[in-house]
Amino acid sequence: MLNYIWFGMMAISVVAGIFTGRIDAVTDAAINMSKVAVEISIGLIGIMALWLGIMKIAEASGLIRIIARGLKPITIRLFPDVPADHPAIGSIVLNMSANMLGLGNAATPLGLKAMEELQELNPKKDTATNAMVMFLAINTSSVQIIVPATVVALMGAAASQIFLTTIFATLASTITAIIMVKLLEKMKRFSVENAS
Amino acid sequence: MIESIVGSLNAGSKYIIPLLLVGIPMYAITIRKVKVYEVFVEGAKDGFTIAVRIIPYLVAILVAVGMFRASGALDLLLNFLAPALSLIGFPPENLPLAMMRPLSGSGSLGLLTDLVNEHGADSLYAKIGATMFGSSETTFYVLAVYFGSVGLTRSRHALIAGLTADAVGALSAVYICKLMLG
Repeated sequence: MLNYIWFGMMAISVVAGIFTGRIDAVTDAAINMSKVAVEISIGLIGIMALWLGIMKIAEASGLIRIIARGLKPITIRLFPDVPADHPAIGSIVLNMSANMLGLGNAATPLGLKAMEELQELNPKKDTATNAMVMFLAINTSSVQIIVPATVVALMGAAASQIFLTTIFATLASTITAIIMVKLLEKMKRFSVENAS
Repeated sequence: MIESIVGSLNAGSKYIIPLLLVGIPMYAITIRKVKVYEVFVEGAKDGFTIAVRIIPYLVAILVAVGMFRASGALDLLLNFLAPALSLIGFPPENLPLAMMRPLSGSGSLGLLTDLVNEHGADSLYAKIGATMFGSSETTFYVLAVYFGSVGLTRSRHALIAGLTADAVGALSAVYICKLMLG
C-alpha cells in the first residue's frame, strides 16, 4: 500500500511539476525536506528521553498497571489481541489522555513507547498487527478535546465557538477510524500474510 | 457557559505537565520506594535510539509530501474536486485546508491563518477551518513516526483507515459548523 502511495506521490509531483513549471521547487522541496526530517528526529531526542524516563518511573511504581486495569472495559474491545494487563495498554491509555488534553509533546513519546510494547507481541516484526493499526488510526484521527493553543491564538474570541464543533468532528473521525480498522482487518488483501 | 468551560480547560492545561513531572515520581518514591533517579535515567536512554531509528522513515514520507506540495499537484486536484464537492455543500474555500491537513501540520496551519486573515475569525470559513484543524492529525507524519520507531514497513490498512477518517472528519467539520454556527 505504502509502496504505491509513496511512489505515486513522487511520480505525480514530478509530472505536475513539469506541467506547472515548478520543477525547480520540487527539487528544492525534496532536498529541503530530507534535512527537515532529520532535524525533526534529532529534535525529538530530548523530549523523548524526558517522557520515557518519567514513564519508566510510572511503570516501576505500578501506576501504568493501575491505569490499564481501570480502562480495561474499553481497551479490551479496541485491542482484543493485547492482554488487558500488558504494559502496552497503559502506554496507549496515557498516549490517548495526552492527546485529548492537547499535550502533543508528551503524546508522541508515550505513543512510541506503546508501539515498542506492541512490537513485543508482534510475531512478524516488519508487519503491523491489528492492535498497532487500531492504535495508529485512533492517533491519526485525533482525539483532542481541547482546542489547540495555536488555534486559540489565531481565532481569538471566536475560539470558544469552535470548542464543541471540534469535539463533534473529532468524534466523527475517530469513530470512522475505529469502524474502518475493524472492517478492513478482516479483508484478505490487508491480512498479515498478504501485507504490503 | 461554554466560554467558561473553554477558559478553565485552557487555563488548567498548563498545569498538567508540571503536575505529571512531579506527581509520578512523588507517588513512586513515597508509596513504592522506587529509586526514581536511577529508573528515570534507565528509561531516558531509549530516547536517542528511538529518535534516530525514525530518521529513514521520516525522510521517505516528508520528501514525498514536500515534493507533492511544491509541485502544484494539490492545486490541480483542487480544481478538479471543488465543483463536485460544492454540490454537496462543501465550500471550495475550505478544500485546500482539508486536503493539506493529513499531509503537513505547518502547511495546514498556514492555510488556516490565510482563512482567518482573508475572511476574519468570525467567518464561517475560518470556523470550519479551525474545526478541521483541531479535529484531525497529520496522518502521514504520524504513520512515519509511529511505525518507523519500531521498524515496520508493512502498514496494511493503516493509511486507508486514517485517510478515510480524515475525509469523514473534514466533512463533519463542514456540516457540524453549518448546523451549529451557520
